[in-house]
Amino acid sequence: MDRLLFFARRCLKAVLVILFVIAINFALIRAAPGDPATILAGEAGAVDAGFVERIRKEYGLDKPVPVQLLTYMKQLLTFELGNSYRENRPVKEIVLEKLPATLLLTLTAFVFSVIVGVGLGIAAARRSGSVTDTLITAGSLVFFAMPLFWIGLLAIVLFSMKLGWLPPYGMSTVGADLTGWQAWMDVAKHLLMPAITLGLFYVAIYTRVTRAAALEVMDQDFVKTARAKGVPDGRVWRHHILRNSVLPVITFISLQAGHILGGSVLIETVFAWPGIGRLAFDALFQRDYNLLLAVFFVSSVMVVIFNLVADLLYSLADPRIELQS
Amino acid sequence: MKHICQIALALGAALLSFTALAQAPRTGGTLNLIVNPEPPTINLGNNKLGPSSYVGSKIYEGLISLSSKLEPIPRLAQSWNVSPDGLTYTFKLRPNVKWHDGKPFTSADVLFSFKQYLPVTFARTKLIMEQVASIDAPDALTVVFKLKQSYPAFMYILEATGGTIMPKHLYEGVTDYRTTQVNNNIVGTGPFKVGEWRRGAFIKLVKNPEYWDKGKPHLDTLYFHIVPDAVGRSIAFESGKVDAIRAGDVENFEIARLAAAPGVSLSKAGWEFLQPVGFLNMNLRNKPIGDLRFRQAVAHAIDRQFIIKNIFSTFGNPVNGPFPPGYVFHDAGVETTYPYDPARAKALLDEMGLKPDADGTRVSLRLLPLPYGETWQRLAEYTRERLNAVGIKTTIVATDVPGWFSRISSGDFDFAYNFVYLLGDPSIGINQTYLSTNQLNRGSAANVDGYVNKDVDELLLKADQQPKAADRAKLYSQVQKTLSRDLPILWTHQMVMPTVYRTKVKNLISTGLGMNENFADVWMEK
Repeated sequence: MDRLLFFARRCLKAVLVILFVIAINFALIRAAPGDPATILAGEAGAVDAGFVERIRKEYGLDKPVPVQLLTYMKQLLTFELGNSYRENRPVKEIVLEKLPATLLLTLTAFVFSVIVGVGLGIAAARRSGSVTDTLITAGSLVFFAMPLFWIGLLAIVLFSMKLGWLPPYGMSTVGADLTGWQAWMDVAKHLLMPAITLGLFYVAIYTRVTRAAALEVMDQDFVKTARAKGVPDGRVWRHHILRNSVLPVITFISLQAGHILGGSVLIETVFAWPGIGRLAFDALFQRDYNLLLAVFFVSSVMVVIFNLVADLLYSLADPRIELQS
Repeated sequence: MKHICQIALALGAALLSFTALAQAPRTGGTLNLIVNPEPPTINLGNNKLGPSSYVGSKIYEGLISLSSKLEPIPRLAQSWNVSPDGLTYTFKLRPNVKWHDGKPFTSADVLFSFKQYLPVTFARTKLIMEQVASIDAPDALTVVFKLKQSYPAFMYILEATGGTIMPKHLYEGVTDYRTTQVNNNIVGTGPFKVGEWRRGAFIKLVKNPEYWDKGKPHLDTLYFHIVPDAVGRSIAFESGKVDAIRAGDVENFEIARLAAAPGVSLSKAGWEFLQPVGFLNMNLRNKPIGDLRFRQAVAHAIDRQFIIKNIFSTFGNPVNGPFPPGYVFHDAGVETTYPYDPARAKALLDEMGLKPDADGTRVSLRLLPLPYGETWQRLAEYTRERLNAVGIKTTIVATDVPGWFSRISSGDFDFAYNFVYLLGDPSIGINQTYLSTNQLNRGSAANVDGYVNKDVDELLLKADQQPKAADRAKLYSQVQKTLSRDLPILWTHQMVMPTVYRTKVKNLISTGLGMNENFADVWMEK
C-alpha cells in the first residue's frame, strides 16, 4: 500500500514537472530569434508576405504566445503533440520513428558504463595503491576530461580509417539490404563505436564513485565482522562491499538519464546515428517548435522514469531504505 | 614500307575502337552521394533550396536544361521557337513521356505547373510569370507562352528547379500544395524514381525503366547518404562509402587533401547557372555606413586577395562589382576598384571626422557572420581584425542559421556576410539585390542593405525588356559603373565551388546545372 501511494504521488509530481519543463521550453524557444514561418518560407525559396502569413495562420503562430501555450498544453494532455512544421507530419510519428535508435544507443551505453565502471571501480579498490589502481584511476580521469565528440572522432580515425574494423557512421550499411541475423549483426557493428564512446564518460564516473564508496565500505565494522567470522573474501566483496558501494552509483544513474540526451546529440551527430538527439538538433535549427517540444517531452518522461527506477533500486539494494514520498 | 603503313593504320584503328569501347557507358551500378542537410521534402515543386534541388532534380524535370554555356538543352520540350519580337515562346513537347505512375505527360501538366502550382510555391516563378500575358495549349504536345513585353531571361526559369513540371492528375483540386498528403507519393518524369527514404540515414532513388530517353539512365541506383557532421562527410568520402562530395559538404581547407587521393578527381565546373558571389552586406540605413566614404574605407581595409588565398583556400576569383568575371554582360572596364590600402581607409575615416579615441576606436559596429561553417567563421574573424586595425571596432554577433536569416532579412545588422546565386541572367540574379522596391522581409538575397538609387532601378528594369543583347549590355555597363562606385555591398569573391569525386564516375558534371542535373548520363566504370 505504501509503495502504491508512493507511486501515485511520484506520478502526480512527474506530470507537474513535465508540464513545467514544457512551459519553460515553450517560452525559451520562442525567445530565440527567427520564427518558423520565415524560415520555412526562406527554405522553400518562397519568401513573400502571403506565404509567411499563410504558414503563421496554419500553425496558430499568429496568436499571442500565452494562447499558443494554453492550446499546446491542452493538446499535450491528450497526447496530441501536433505536426512538424518542416516535415508536415505528426511529430508523434517522427519521434516514435527515431526513439528506438536512441534507446538502443543510450541503453547499450548505459549497460556498458555501469558494468565496466562498477567492475573497474571494485577492481581498483581491491588493489588500492597498486599499479592497477593507478592505471584505472588515471585512465578514468582521462575519459572524464576528454570531450565526447573528440573521442568519437579519434575512434573513427583509428577503427574505421586505419584499421577498417568498424563502419564510420550510420546505423546500418546503406544499400546492403540485409535481413534477419545478418541485419542485427550489421546494426551491432554500427552500434559498437557510438555506444562505447557515449558510455566512456560514465565509465569514468562510475569507476571513481564505486572505488571511493568501496574503499569507505571496506573499513566499516560489518565488513570487519564478516571477515572475522571467516566469510570467504569473494563473498564479502559480493554481498557486503559491492552491494553497499553501488548506492552512490544508483544516484548517478538517475542523473545520467538527464545527460544522456545531451550526450546523444553529440554522438548521434558525429556518428550520423539517426536518433532523437539529432532530431532535436535539427529541430532547433529549423525552429520546428512542435518537434522540439515533443523531444523535450520524451526526454523529460525518460528522466522521470529513470528517477523512479533509481528510487526502486535504492530500496532493493539496501532494504533499510524505505520508499517515502 | 606499304605493309608497315597498313599495319600502323590497322593498329591505330584498333586503338581508336578500343578507346571508343572503353568510353562506352556501362549500364548498371550504384552511385553513393551525400545530401547535406537532409531536405525537408524532395518535392521539387515545393522546395527549391540546395538539398531538395540536388535530390529532386533526378526525379522531376523542366522543359529544358542549360548547357555549361547556358544554352537551352531539350528535356520535356523537344524543340522550341521564339518569335522575332521575342514575345511568343512555342514549345513542342516530347511525345510518349510517362509520369512515374504510368500516366501520360501532356501540355496540360505544363499549363497546370505554370498557371497554378509554381506561382503559389515559388516566389521567383510568381514574379517572372507576371511578365506572361497568357499560356495556352493548342494540342497535347504544344505549349505557347505569350509575354507582355520582351523578357530575354525567360528561358532561365524553365529548367527543372525554377520550372518544375508537376503532375496535374495528382495535384488538381488540392488547396494547399505544401501540406497535402499527395506529397507522400513523389511522382515525376525524371530518370530516377523514389526507392526508399529512411529519414536520418539515406534517400534511395532507383532507375526509371520507362524513362523517355531510351537506354538511360545508365545507373541502377542512387544513394544520398545523410551525414550531419562535416568531418564525418570527409571520412565518408575517404573511406570509400561515397563517390562524390559537393562544395560546402566539407570545409574548403579539406578539399586539396581529399582531391589528392589516388583515383580522385576535382572539378570546378557545373556552377555556370547558379554563379555564387560572396559579399559583405552593409546596412546603409545605419550611421555612418550610409556615407560612401565610410564604405570605401571598409573596402580599402580588407584584403580580398588574402580572403581568396588563405580563407577560401584559392577557391575564389576577385570581383569588383555585382557582375563577376565570366558572367553575362560583365564589363570590367567600367568598374571602380578599391585595392587593399589601410592607410587610405584611415584617411577616408579622418576625412569624415571619425577620429580615433584613446583606444583607437572611431566607431563601433556589429558583424553578422554567415553561419555556414568554419570557413565563413574565419572570414568574419579576419574582417573583424582588419576593420579593428583601421579603428572600426567590430563585434561579431554569433547566430545560428534561423537567427542569421531573421536578422538579415529584417535589416537587423550593420555588417553581414552573405552570398547570392546569379542564376544565369541579371534580370533574375541582379535585380533582386539592388532594386529599391525589394528591400526587407523578402529573403536574404533581397536588397537588405536599403540601397536606393532610382537611376539603377530604371536601368535594371529597362534592361529586363530589351530584346537585343547589345542594348542590354550598354544598360548593364551603366549599372556596373554606378554600383561599383556606390558600393552598396562589398563584393569579396566569386565563389569557385569544387566537386571532388572518384574518377571512375563518368559524366558527373556535364551541364551548367552541374550536380543538379538529372544524372541520366552518369555512368560508372567497373
